[in-house]
Amino acid sequence: MVAIRTKPDHHTYTFPGFGSEKFPNLLLRGAGDLNNWHLPVYEQQHEGYVAMRKALQMEPVAVTEEVKASGLRGRGGAGFPAGLKWSFMPKDTPERKLTRYLVCNGDEGEPGTFKDRVILEYNPHQLIEGMIIGGWAMQCAMGYVYIRGEFLWLIEKLEAAIQQARDAGYLGKNILGTGWDYDILVYRGAGAYICGEETALLNSLEGRRGEPRVKPPFPAAKGAFGQPTTVNNVETLAAVPPILRMGGGEYAKIGSPKNSGTRIFGVSGHVKRPGIYELPMGTPMNFLVEELAGGSSTGRKIKAIIPGGASCPMLDEKDFDVPMDFDNLKARGSMGGSGGLIVMDESVCIVQATLRLIRFYAHESCGQCTPCREGCNWMQLILNRIEHGQGRMEDLDLLASLTPRIGMRTLCPLGDAACGPMDSALQKFRHEFEHHIIHKTCYAQGSKLLSSVGAH
Amino acid sequence: MNPAPIPETSNEPLAPGQRLPESERKAFSPEAIAEIQAIMAQYPDKLAATLPALYIAQREFGFVSLAAMRAVAETIGIPEGHVFGVATFYTMYQKAPVGKFHFQVCTNISCALRGAAQLLEKVCERTGVKPGQGPSPDGMWSVEEVECLAGCGVAPCVQVNQDVYDELVDEDKLVEVMEACKRGEYRPWGY
Repeated sequence: MVAIRTKPDHHTYTFPGFGSEKFPNLLLRGAGDLNNWHLPVYEQQHEGYVAMRKALQMEPVAVTEEVKASGLRGRGGAGFPAGLKWSFMPKDTPERKLTRYLVCNGDEGEPGTFKDRVILEYNPHQLIEGMIIGGWAMQCAMGYVYIRGEFLWLIEKLEAAIQQARDAGYLGKNILGTGWDYDILVYRGAGAYICGEETALLNSLEGRRGEPRVKPPFPAAKGAFGQPTTVNNVETLAAVPPILRMGGGEYAKIGSPKNSGTRIFGVSGHVKRPGIYELPMGTPMNFLVEELAGGSSTGRKIKAIIPGGASCPMLDEKDFDVPMDFDNLKARGSMGGSGGLIVMDESVCIVQATLRLIRFYAHESCGQCTPCREGCNWMQLILNRIEHGQGRMEDLDLLASLTPRIGMRTLCPLGDAACGPMDSALQKFRHEFEHHIIHKTCYAQGSKLLSSVGAH
Repeated sequence: MNPAPIPETSNEPLAPGQRLPESERKAFSPEAIAEIQAIMAQYPDKLAATLPALYIAQREFGFVSLAAMRAVAETIGIPEGHVFGVATFYTMYQKAPVGKFHFQVCTNISCALRGAAQLLEKVCERTGVKPGQGPSPDGMWSVEEVECLAGCGVAPCVQVNQDVYDELVDEDKLVEVMEACKRGEYRPWGY
């Protein structure tokens, strides 16, 4: 067996009052304790595999109903109801027996997001338990966990945890006497942001280039290896055991209406205590940023916050009080995304920040759809021009005219994702772009987000 | 920050992959072939072994050369073109030799807000290599600028080979990591 890396990290995981009724601790149990991934610890201290035993005594359909009742929405970014997604899976008929798969999306690549990593590091058994429950609910033959290639040490850890579960009889043949065979395999990605998109992930899992597929057929009809497949995020599946333990109705009481449960928010950038905070959905953003993360680390005022990973439109000061859930963020013109908050203070030049984000999308576009492949590159070129003092006033209209030609015109949401930061930066911080064009220098003097040594 | 130069056109266009450097090694060891065959048996379709096999090739060959891609195609029994397409799609397969310690510096937004751009400059200065320029003359170092490593909370974040090193805020920590590499405390490239 490989040695499991036990290097402590410096994230903040907790805050006063965490674990109380107001701030339930459902996903981050034992976070920060490096021994927490062992099966005995999970079983003895964190009610481990209680939910699985309960689920395996229920009818598979009843398990799906329980998840539906909880109102759990997918934590990957789109916020699609998880129970509903599960119910799309075709059932066996007397004439036709299907091979179904459950795929867990652990290709965490969204800039500003580092939540799956924490679950895999400290609580891998909760993910395994969630995958067993999901596998039972949909009567899957196999579960695949797709994890980004950079997380090699987490892959080793998860594989060791899976082996513990196998030894305990929770995976393999005839699990706990139910007559149901199920196992989990870990698949290592190889560094492509696009593989976080579910059909690109399936292509990658099959050993192909990670290019998104044309939908329909949706994965529930034709997914991994041509079989019906459900793809869920790591956090979504890790949220399933608490739902079964406490009951769907009880879980639905946490959070805000139609956005039930807790969610892991990652705070990064200019804050005093960057880290991972599990909060009920609908917690106001300024409570998270000011109270828990300690507010600005530089003493300067906070200028902009990206509320859910790089793809989400930026919010400025007037929206810092937004309750953090899918619907409220959407109403304010942004997105719930993957729950990674990026906090930028007044010293940040928005032109540089936007250029850095667009460069990411230009680099990570798979190149399949022309609007995204060409559009992102053009946005990067134009922003580069503005940043280097060669911009023209009409460039701003050109940029604004590019986004509607990229967004909603591609097979997958990567093109839309690139438009989020671009549009919002132009709308909310247009004066900074104009300043750059007129004065050929940053509005926020001394901002250094770009290195002098070449790009990719 | 200037866009990449457009390659010069020539009268004799190169075939795909001909721009890539070649490796001395040409074939897998028997152990590697057995390992790949075991992976092929795990999945409903042998094609799924492409990505894991390329990692094994990278370990054995030092980097994913054309010969490595051919060896993967031959071992799995799939077209060479497919393996070439996959190997060039993913950024974690190094298509050119890298140093014994390959520094991957994240310069995406969360890290950039905490000084990743300056860190990348320091890494280049201390190792004497620039991103994408191949290993240093002594073969010790190479540098790559990468996108988000999911260490946003402890930014800036540097990954050496396959291990993540967090909290690299200052130059001291960088020197510490480089010294540890020199002392052989970290696994060198090729596993």
